[in-house]
Amino acid sequence: MAGGKEIKSKIGSINNTRKITSAMEKVAVSKMRKAQDRVAATRPYAEGMRKVIGNVANGSLEYRHPYLAEREVKRVGYIVISTDRGLCGGLNTNEFKKVALELKSWKDKGVDAQFAVIGNKATAFFKRFGGKVVAQQAGSGDVPRLADVLGSVKVMLNAFNEGRIDRLFLVYNKFVNTMKQEPVIDQLLPLPKADIEQKEHNWDYLYEPDPQPIIDMLLDRFVESQVYQGVVENSASEHAARMVAMKAATDNAGNLMDDLKLVYNKARQAAITQELSEIVAGAAAVG
Amino acid sequence: MAMTVQLDVVSAEEKIFSGLVESVQVTGSEGELGILPFHAPLLTTLKPGMVRIVKQFGEEHVIYVAGGVLEVQPDTITVLADVAVRGEDLDEQAALDAQKRAEEAMQHAGADFNYAEAAAQLAEAIAQLRIIQKMRKK
Repeated sequence: MAGGKEIKSKIGSINNTRKITSAMEKVAVSKMRKAQDRVAATRPYAEGMRKVIGNVANGSLEYRHPYLAEREVKRVGYIVISTDRGLCGGLNTNEFKKVALELKSWKDKGVDAQFAVIGNKATAFFKRFGGKVVAQQAGSGDVPRLADVLGSVKVMLNAFNEGRIDRLFLVYNKFVNTMKQEPVIDQLLPLPKADIEQKEHNWDYLYEPDPQPIIDMLLDRFVESQVYQGVVENSASEHAARMVAMKAATDNAGNLMDDLKLVYNKARQAAITQELSEIVAGAAAVG
Repeated sequence: MAMTVQLDVVSAEEKIFSGLVESVQVTGSEGELGILPFHAPLLTTLKPGMVRIVKQFGEEHVIYVAGGVLEVQPDTITVLADVAVRGEDLDEQAALDAQKRAEEAMQHAGADFNYAEAAAQLAEAIAQLRIIQKMRKK
């Protein structure tokens, strides 16, 4: 019986792999639910912030914050959020492709770029791809904290304030739904006009102490919260992508096992037939 | 019945409180503040401290915030709370750490990922796949 044993052990190993992938799928499902809740929980803060900034930007026109002013683009900064672990389909690859594409168009215009990376996969990517990485953060786990992103954000905000970058972008995977995650590149600084609603109103806040420190702090917090939201959203995308990838892997393993079982049974049958015919032939020769 | 105003206490990570309140006491950067319904629009930074809330029907509630911003409108009060105590020095330290990690990560090529090992595993897997395909054709 040719290769019977090998096929059998192959079936066994594929079955083991299938058990792992199906367990990973189930874990991803429950983690995704929790991550989705976290995405929802981060929204009120960003909304509240946007509302206040909208009001302040209108109220105190004599003070123009540098984050609101467009300037000529010579250098750009990117905060790239990726996952820490793999096995989540093309999630990271698609994201990096999008960044690489945009970098090329900046390069054609003679614009330099630098990066702050969050997540191991982005670190590994920029190591291979090249590029000036000024800040790195990884290992935030399944429950990302705001404190995890502060360092990287601060590096980029400092760079912007000191004129080392003229624009700041945030790259992450947006969670559209379970089946769809989209890599997006959002402009953080200067704040896009659409983010600041220009409302007509003829009142102003009472400021304690002055408008300037408050608006400084608000805008820093706003950028931080945007980045944090990106991290949370990316984590939801990661689990969704992993769930889909692991489901596909489990299905594939099942198909492969079916095919191999067929091959195994055919081989077994052939072996039995051969043995029978040998016995019959032997008996005939004797008789 | 006492007049009430909508209060939202939110941080970047979660919604901490949302509901109708009769009054709010916070520690502003310039001192203690008590806010009642129909207060004039006010914007101030907060110091780390307690937010004392008197909810509708007089029930008291205390929340600790590590700083943040208070926005008051006549009909809504919003506390944009920080999740942890913040300081210029701490932030600067976090920034330096992030920078250092970037340099380390870029220098130690392959520290977390052994290419030779991975290539060997890949070759093995490809060989196994070939055997499977051959078996199928038989």
